[in-house]
Amino acid sequence: MSEKSEKSEKSEKFERLSVLKTYKLYVGGKFPRSESGRVYEVADSKGNWLANAPQSSRKDARDAVVAARKAFGGWSGATAYNRGQILYRIAEMLEGRKDQFVREVGDAEGLSKAKAAAVVDAAIDRWVWYAGWTDKIAQVVGGGNPVAGPFFNLSSPEPTGVVVVLAPQDSSFLGLVSVIAPVIATGNTAVVIASEKSPLPALSLGEILATSDLPGGVVNVLSGRTTEIAAPLAAHQDVNAIDLAGADEVLAKELEIAAADNLKRVLRPQPVDYSATPGTERLTAFLETKTVWHPTGSLGASGSSY
Amino acid sequence: MPTSASSPKLSAPREQGGTPTALADVTASDSTLRRFLHGLPGVDAVGLEARAASLGTRSIKTTAKAYAIDLAISMVDLTTLEGADTPGKVRALGAKAVHPDPTDRTTPTTAAVCVYPDMVAVAKEAVAGSGVKVASVATAFPAGRAALDVKLADVREAVAAGADEIDMVIDRGAFLAGRYMKVYDEIVAVKESCGTSARLKVIFETGELSTYDNIRRASWLGMLAGADFIKTSTGKVAVNATPANTLLMLEAVRDFRAQTGVQVGVKPAGGIRTSKDAVKFLVLVNETAGEDWLDNHWFRFGASSLLNDLLMQRQKLATGRYSGPDYVTVD
Repeated sequence: MSEKSEKSEKSEKFERLSVLKTYKLYVGGKFPRSESGRVYEVADSKGNWLANAPQSSRKDARDAVVAARKAFGGWSGATAYNRGQILYRIAEMLEGRKDQFVREVGDAEGLSKAKAAAVVDAAIDRWVWYAGWTDKIAQVVGGGNPVAGPFFNLSSPEPTGVVVVLAPQDSSFLGLVSVIAPVIATGNTAVVIASEKSPLPALSLGEILATSDLPGGVVNVLSGRTTEIAAPLAAHQDVNAIDLAGADEVLAKELEIAAADNLKRVLRPQPVDYSATPGTERLTAFLETKTVWHPTGSLGASGSSY
Repeated sequence: MPTSASSPKLSAPREQGGTPTALADVTASDSTLRRFLHGLPGVDAVGLEARAASLGTRSIKTTAKAYAIDLAISMVDLTTLEGADTPGKVRALGAKAVHPDPTDRTTPTTAAVCVYPDMVAVAKEAVAGSGVKVASVATAFPAGRAALDVKLADVREAVAAGADEIDMVIDRGAFLAGRYMKVYDEIVAVKESCGTSARLKVIFETGELSTYDNIRRASWLGMLAGADFIKTSTGKVAVNATPANTLLMLEAVRDFRAQTGVQVGVKPAGGIRTSKDAVKFLVLVNETAGEDWLDNHWFRFGASSLLNDLLMQRQKLATGRYSGPDYVTVD
């Protein structure tokens, strides 16, 4: 009897089929396949097949911009405090699924488990770091300006709008987080083109974002051929800025020319050590400054209204 | 059966505001009208929806797409039917109807602007000399719940103010209660009030008719009573124009012409917001009623936000880059 049950247990183990994950895009809070139906093979650093990733078309890019534009009003209108809470929540969610990301980052970048774990830890800390900035950036780049007249003159930073982000090609997770977090921290919405070679951590990040109270459409993740997706986005009239972190020199030049057409803000690619603590450059790169004049009221006979 | 008319009289005359002579006996009394409408073949709902869905999968690209977009723009009845309409808003809408895209003067004008009767004079002034028509809803739009003389006064006011087209609503309560003759008489009376100058569009409010059979009956009823256009809906209820109910009405106008020789237009209204949707409707028109209807004299879109999407698509075709809502007017 006991022998028999042992045997059946064994055969059950043997028959267990592995469940492979279908990696999908993250657009407008949903997980669609590419509109084109295409996928491409993603390999690890040694060339072994890992998974198929969706190969986005320009129509996926267009849909992502529509989703990002739709989400912009709500996200930019949310209080900075609320945005900080949500960014912190993303860090919490990542903490709970660290093992998965350690494996994916290790596969993608050919890192040992310990090194991959250090990268994922740094990425989680990066979310926390930017979460803290959401309600502090206004004090750094805004403020009261001295003017010669009975006015208050106040400058405050405002998000630029829909920002296209070409994620770094080599740093598939820490680099990715380091370019997404500053964009959305200030109230922009983002269309992210994942690293072409290793998009899996970015596509999995979509699952984290979907469960972190981040409204759908604030971050949209596309995978595929960077040149194919980036070109229509750089020319898109409803995109307000583009971060070229993941573009090589030739592509960056081409995209910058296309982006000039509707005066997009462009952040040129630059050598960045993503493991180092960043400054506020990426936060301020996608901000506009709104300045308002406000009368102080009539001055009393003593020269003061108080 | 309307689909199998043995001898279509293509040149049959139509009396003003009445039934074409080929079907004159149908409207002789309440019972003959009921017998005719209930004798119409039942609608195969599954087949109808499948047909509409399959025609919606056609791929329309490049030059065909450019043609379709321009055609769709020329078919738009640019509509504002809000309690908050002001003369300024109607003038702005008129300007947009005349020059939908001010940066590109090759853009065709829309077919008409559609307003409430009290705004007809303002709209008429705004589109003067452009060929854009002024359509006015009337007959206690959108519910249609008023006495007949109130409705007729509503129509006469709009016509006197210069409306080229009148969009009337049928009495859905009477229709659903089976009082077809009342609905028929009302349409005939409104048609008379329109006189010779204004074309009459009859709105069925398909979302309130509950079955496809009813939509088919209402289509025939409207056409028998002298409608120049049959129109799906007011845009004020949950379910408006759908590909399926528009397909059904297109079949009705095709069969009506085959039987009587009289051509009637179709106007889906409400819920058509994207160029893709509009092109799907044009495919329905071409494949069902035929090319004769691919003209803004015989087919219209009742819409407001659709025009902006058409213009953005037009800009995309012209420049090769995706446009955005910053480059069209906010209505």
